[in-house]
Amino acid sequence: MTDPDRPVRAPQPPEDARHAWARLRRAGAPSMSRSNILVMVLAIALGFAIIAQVRQTSVQGLETLREDELVRLFADVDQDGDRLSSEIRDLQTSLQLLDSRSTGEEEAQRAAKERVDALGILAGTAPAVGQGITLRIDDPEGKVPSTVLLDAVQELRDAGAEAIQVGDVRVVADTWFADGGDGISVSGVEVRPPYVLRVIGDSNTLAGAMQIPGGVTATVRRVGGEATVDIRTRVVVDALLSVSTPQYARPVPTTTP
Amino acid sequence: MIPAIGLAIGIVVGLLLQPAVPVWLQPYLPIAVIAALDAVFGAVRAILDGIFSDKVFVVSFLSNVVVAAFIVFLGDKLGVGSQLSTGVVVVLGVRIFSNVASIRRHLFDA
Repeated sequence: MTDPDRPVRAPQPPEDARHAWARLRRAGAPSMSRSNILVMVLAIALGFAIIAQVRQTSVQGLETLREDELVRLFADVDQDGDRLSSEIRDLQTSLQLLDSRSTGEEEAQRAAKERVDALGILAGTAPAVGQGITLRIDDPEGKVPSTVLLDAVQELRDAGAEAIQVGDVRVVADTWFADGGDGISVSGVEVRPPYVLRVIGDSNTLAGAMQIPGGVTATVRRVGGEATVDIRTRVVVDALLSVSTPQYARPVPTTTP
Repeated sequence: MIPAIGLAIGIVVGLLLQPAVPVWLQPYLPIAVIAALDAVFGAVRAILDGIFSDKVFVVSFLSNVVVAAFIVFLGDKLGVGSQLSTGVVVVLGVRIFSNVASIRRHLFDA
């Protein structure tokens, strides 16, 4: 592929640049010789070929590639496919993992919430509503002692009461009753007659427990009071207690929740 | 001037006709174009050297194109087509660069 019109790098004495430009102009002057026409044809062909190739390159598809290029391309695609499908597997695995974990968390959260609700009702930190009774103890002569209330609460608990409120005081595990000045002190809060107990639980069982012979109603009547039981489909126990942190008791640490 | 006009006409015609390169020509056309460009730059340099000849240009142009295409064809047959094409492009590129450098020295004294 030697170019016959060019000795490669013939050392030329540097010419005057103006001279060179003049020569270029002279050579470019149009003259319709036969070889000039031939040159023009070649130039047209070159321009045409350049454009054709440029267009071809821009739209080139697989059909122009050589066999080894196609094989390499195919191997590349194959490898990519393998890589991507293993990635898909990984992602699906982690998706499943996350899915199961999140449902597990939801489950745990729901269980925890139920537990909080139950404990809140038990500890008196949450209001409660449900069927039950109201027990009203009229004591016009002020002769009903605190033990009667204590007995009533015991009896109600035996009968399955789930939430009890005496006047405006929630009855919980550490509630105590004592005789006070004009009424009864419930955990230090003075409650005056008539004493109204709002109790949530199986209403019929609770009402029955109040009426048993020698029970609460009978005792109240004996000391000159009057106990009235109302069965309600909806009793609201809304007196709340704030939980105080125990000073001495500590939970036994458990290793697993 | 004539070749420049010819080149412009060719480009315009190409843009207008939007030719599709026939499949059998596709491996050879890019190399042929490079070879032709090499001949063109060689011709410009020859003009500046004052030794340009139309006949030499035409012959070198055509032989460049044919030889380049033949080398690619041979490379394909021998199974080294892409490497050989790369080699041809490198060689022609070097020649184009040296021709352009020479042209630059002539025209700009630099």
